[in-house]
Amino acid sequence: MTDDKDVLRDVWFGRIPTCFTLYQDEITEREAEPYYLLLPRVSYLTLVTDKVKKHFEKVMRQEDISEIWFEYEGTPLKWHYPIGLLFDLLASSSALPWNITVHFKSFPEKDLLHCPSKDVIEAHFMSCVKEADALKHKSQVINEMQKKDHKQLWMGLQNDRFDQFWAINRKLMEYPAEENGFRYIPFRIYQTTTERPFIRQLFRPVATDDQLHTLGDLLKEVCPSAVAPEDGEKKNQVRIHGIEPVLETPLQWLREHLSHPDNFLHIRIIPQPAD
Amino acid sequence: MPSSELWAVDLFGRVFTLSTAGQQWELCRDAQLEFKRVSAAAPCCWGIACDNQVYVRVGASDVPIRCREEAYENQRWNPMGGFCEALLPSDRWPWSDVSGLQHRPLDGVALPSPHWEWESDWYVDENFGGEPTEKGGWTYAIDFPHTYTRDKKWNSCVRRRRWTRYRRYKSRDTWAKIPSEDDPQQLPDPFSDLSVGGWEITDEPVGRLSVWAVSLQGKVWYREDVSHSNPEGSSWSLVDTPGEAVQISCGPHDLLWVSLWEGQALVREGINRNNPKGSSWSVVEPPTSENGILHVSAGVGVVWAITKDRKVWFRRGVNSHNPCGTSWIEMVGEMMMVNVGLNDQVWGIGWTDRALYFRHGVTQSELSGKTWKAIVAGRECDGSRAGSLSSLLSAGCFFGDEVRGGGESRVPSDSEAERPGPDPERDVEVAGPASTPAELPWTNIDLKEPKKGPRHAAADFPEGTNLSSLALLPLGLEEPDSADCHALWAWVSGGGCAVEAHTTLKWFTAHSGLRASMQMLSLPITPAQTAAWRKQIFQQLTERTQRELENFRHYEQAVEQSVWVKTGALQWWCDWKPHKWVDVRVALEQFTGHDGVRDSILFIYYMIHEEKKYIHVFLNEVTALVPVLNEAKHSFAVYTPERTRQRWPVRLAAATEQDMSDWLALLNLCCCESRRVHGRPSPQAIWSVTCKGDIFVSEPSPDLEAPERWLPCDQMFWRQMGGHLRVVEANSRGVVWGIGYDHTAWVYTGGYGGGCFQGLASSTSNIYTQSDVKCVYIYENQRWNPVTGYTSRGLPTDRYMWSDATGLQECTKASTKPPSLQWAWVSDWFVDFSVPGGTDQEGWQYASDFPALYHGHKTMKDFVRRRRWTRKCKLVTSGPWLEVAPIALGDVSIIPETPGAHGSGPGIALWAVSDKGDVLCRLGVCELNPAGSSWLHVGTDQPFASVSIGGCYQVWAVARDGSAFYRGSVSPSKPAGDCWYLIPSPPKQRLKQVSVGRTAVFALDENGNLWYRQGVTPSYPQGTSWEHVSNNVRRVSVGPLDQVWVIANKVQGSHSLSRGTVCRRTGVQPLEPKGQGWDYGIGGGWDHLSVRASATRAPRSSSQETAGKRRGEQGLPSGPSKVAGAPQETPNPVCC
Repeated sequence: MTDDKDVLRDVWFGRIPTCFTLYQDEITEREAEPYYLLLPRVSYLTLVTDKVKKHFEKVMRQEDISEIWFEYEGTPLKWHYPIGLLFDLLASSSALPWNITVHFKSFPEKDLLHCPSKDVIEAHFMSCVKEADALKHKSQVINEMQKKDHKQLWMGLQNDRFDQFWAINRKLMEYPAEENGFRYIPFRIYQTTTERPFIRQLFRPVATDDQLHTLGDLLKEVCPSAVAPEDGEKKNQVRIHGIEPVLETPLQWLREHLSHPDNFLHIRIIPQPAD
Repeated sequence: MPSSELWAVDLFGRVFTLSTAGQQWELCRDAQLEFKRVSAAAPCCWGIACDNQVYVRVGASDVPIRCREEAYENQRWNPMGGFCEALLPSDRWPWSDVSGLQHRPLDGVALPSPHWEWESDWYVDENFGGEPTEKGGWTYAIDFPHTYTRDKKWNSCVRRRRWTRYRRYKSRDTWAKIPSEDDPQQLPDPFSDLSVGGWEITDEPVGRLSVWAVSLQGKVWYREDVSHSNPEGSSWSLVDTPGEAVQISCGPHDLLWVSLWEGQALVREGINRNNPKGSSWSVVEPPTSENGILHVSAGVGVVWAITKDRKVWFRRGVNSHNPCGTSWIEMVGEMMMVNVGLNDQVWGIGWTDRALYFRHGVTQSELSGKTWKAIVAGRECDGSRAGSLSSLLSAGCFFGDEVRGGGESRVPSDSEAERPGPDPERDVEVAGPASTPAELPWTNIDLKEPKKGPRHAAADFPEGTNLSSLALLPLGLEEPDSADCHALWAWVSGGGCAVEAHTTLKWFTAHSGLRASMQMLSLPITPAQTAAWRKQIFQQLTERTQRELENFRHYEQAVEQSVWVKTGALQWWCDWKPHKWVDVRVALEQFTGHDGVRDSILFIYYMIHEEKKYIHVFLNEVTALVPVLNEAKHSFAVYTPERTRQRWPVRLAAATEQDMSDWLALLNLCCCESRRVHGRPSPQAIWSVTCKGDIFVSEPSPDLEAPERWLPCDQMFWRQMGGHLRVVEANSRGVVWGIGYDHTAWVYTGGYGGGCFQGLASSTSNIYTQSDVKCVYIYENQRWNPVTGYTSRGLPTDRYMWSDATGLQECTKASTKPPSLQWAWVSDWFVDFSVPGGTDQEGWQYASDFPALYHGHKTMKDFVRRRRWTRKCKLVTSGPWLEVAPIALGDVSIIPETPGAHGSGPGIALWAVSDKGDVLCRLGVCELNPAGSSWLHVGTDQPFASVSIGGCYQVWAVARDGSAFYRGSVSPSKPAGDCWYLIPSPPKQRLKQVSVGRTAVFALDENGNLWYRQGVTPSYPQGTSWEHVSNNVRRVSVGPLDQVWVIANKVQGSHSLSRGTVCRRTGVQPLEPKGQGWDYGIGGGWDHLSVRASATRAPRSSSQETAGKRRGEQGLPSGPSKVAGAPQETPNPVCC
């Protein structure tokens, strides 16, 4: 019997094989070899690409190096989105490995946030965790934690240490036994077809009649266009962590098992690829 | 916690029950009867029906209520015809009771009431004091009455034998009418109220209840001899009262309150275990003189009352020593009646709306509770419109008839209700209109009200009108507005309803019937685990991993694995001088090897002579982490094979319980990780329990039972499972059962973790709340002196006057604490009468001096006495266990199976002994439903203690008197077998446990001797004799490979002595089933072990051969015996 706990492991250890190539217009001293790496799906681009940066910096002149940024098929990649999310949103239908272009010049100021150091990622990550806990527990759990617990969460993510991370994170996943779930489900729904970066709303895991809400309920409520009508053809794929859970899946379960380390459930809705 | 039921009667006289786990009222179906009053206890419910008869409804159970009838056949020898029935004129009857004074022919023994049936015909009891008598059960003596012996001697002039026959109570789950007295003089007038309680006064006989009733004439009656084995009681006896009673309430313990016509309350004084009827009455005045008491209800430490102005009152300061209490406190709400149930929880029926209310927030510290909460649980008859209409109509047909008949008989009762005072001329009074509303609601007025509905005041209801027409009429009238019909209630009884502070009830929100039933369905063991959506997620994740990783494993990882260190401050028990707890820093270093295997080292840094030193433990060498909780310290012990041999683990303590469980959980995780042990234990796992009730499980390695070069059992790795048990038994098909200290039966759900193992160390599903209750004992010791008799002043050399059992430790009531901080007291100290050796009426046991053998009565030579005080404490934890309600167990055994041997059979044989000593056989146990479906009761002539079923369905059991039994003809098609064969015990020993492996039978006696049953063959499965194997054994478990494991009493290690150690018998061979020596494993502090699932055999070529030999020698039914010495007989199992 497979246990639910194995899902957490599978989610955490999800990897995307990636091929980094230097942008053709970058000036190099010698030819830049592509760099191959397994990127953790749940981490952030700028957190795990030290090796990439070092690799390409070796072939470049010092004065040509400014802040590194990444792009896929013309779209600059937002480092503050989890890697798996970026992949699912932009490249899920393309062949592996994922080809990412590395830039050191002409930072797209209007598309991307600067990421001068890992402290920025940490700040971003922790603010997400706190926001999620505000939705789940009115911030009670995160506020009761000590500074070292916060640090352990971050170090767990940074060092890719599942146990270290989950030893703390499980407390964020708990809820009182008399309730059937969290206050609100922290989620974000991303659509490639709209301008809006993502949808987030207040949504309870349990309906007024004590019935558990499902993924389908959520989508019907906040993003009706994503759900195919009963008889209609399926137009969109609903993806979480690269898989397509059926719409009957209880939201609370998804929330507890398929959340990202930032404690949000990142759901992407992408058009069904025409076969 | 098992669900229990609240009983209530609605205005139509229909009886409903509401489960604490449910949210819907269940109609207690009985077409014939409507009830006025019910009073419930846990096992049964008593009621007064509208025919003014008393009924008792005993709940259905898999264990029958059975009573033994016996008669003695007496004979005298004469020279002419030998032993014959011709007795001397001065002799006893030829057929008599045990004393010989009563004539008792077999055909003269009648069933006490129509609710009993005979189980079988009369038969001769051949068992004489644990030994078979042979010779037709005759025992011999010189003369009547005398000491009887088994053997006939030259001077044996008389003989007798005992005939026994069992009768069984058959009217279960149905209302059984209590037979009226034959003698009209004794016949009480019709009863108007009744109350059941008093089950906490004493448990002798088992299930004793106090049943009190009030008759229409205002007299109080007590039902004699009501107990588990006699649910109807024997007769009503009158208890004189100073006034005329109207209503009575008996609490679970010794409170009995009666309300009088005059408005006062009577309180019974002097109720105790020797005199459950009490001795005298005291009067309690009502809160205000103008409004008398209408209704009272008593609990353990509370009394609630209703006065004529409908106000609710709470009596303060009520307890056993002061049953009258001190003063009244007015509570909010207007109620028609209130009822105090278990745990002093309170229910009430509203005066105006006739709705049922539960007093919310009643706790031991706040007995008056907080608020009234309306119970809005639906009723099955409200569920569907059409259904309710038809059922109401059909009920109405009966109802019309019934009420007419009842109406006539009720005339006197009505008149009584309206009677202004204690008028003796009630019989001539005719029904008249009610004068005031306050005087109405006593008797069956309740039945009339629904016709008017709650909108009408009861006062203007015309009395004495044609009830039957009214009764039928409202059915049509009510129909339109019954969509919002909330039930109108007449009576409620919570005497069988266990609501505790932490229980969450679902009674307060309305639910549709469908949802309620779905919730019930989702309770059993297979949860949503099988749901399609979950399967799909698992599958997609696997596919994802394959898609995204399979071809790219050679890629570099973005993040390099690093060492993670957790540090903290703990205390460590210093192994050498000064032998005390010292503060240490600890660090756990985790690192990942090249092969991906994680390993960890625990460093303990300490200071000695101002020098920094450390010791370290490789976590892949740790064999067990055992929590050691006591009053003062949150500590745990770390065992390695070396430490196990030393009997001296590393002991660490944390400052808080939370800190300790964090460390324990983390260390456990590391140990499991380094040994790659994960998830649920395999079906072959070995389970064990420590004396603290902690559960440990070990995966048997293939070479554990290898005939040569076996793995020493000190190297076995034990990991903890959540939960608290006293006994755990497993089977190699994954069925695991446990028994708690409170005898609750539990079944393993397939989860892991729970308890202090949260998060990753625990499975998400299959973890449930588990509670256990155990008793703490202390002794009160006294010495006799010529002046003052027994006093608590001992000699200077005496033990403490309040001590533990040994007398070495002082244990006073105030200073004795629960075993650890996890336990909380749930009772007060009480005198324990169930002490071995018996007690006198105050619980004292006497002896000539301390320490000595104690006996239950005072003699001239006794100078000291002691009595045992008991207090119960409770622990609430969680673990992968679900309760198997409702029968409490003392022992359980599951058939050991070797893989493939019996795998074809769908059912798994499971036998158990209930806490009362009944032998039970569980039906419907299989891998998918390890809890099984129901118990099959296996009749015995005496209470049993232990049972074990072997691999070939050979069932052995040990009775409480220490004799052993073999059950004949047990097979898959005949799960309960046919009869018991008495097996004589080893000489002068009382057996206490038996364990049967594949073929080997081992038994344990009360002095710790282990015995092997010699000569067991397929044709003679009972064997021939007991052979001594070893002493120093506490518990034995024989596995499916006939391997023998025990819990040894004492084992000396190189550093220390341990008590309660897991040991394996070495050298057990097919030709040498008794083995040669012992191999010592984890301990001390272990209490129980089950190797009965461990069927993993070493993959050796010779194992086949070994198995073949074994089969040949021990003689499985499948193969004929071939080994020399074994009798060559027919191979089918034998039954005589």
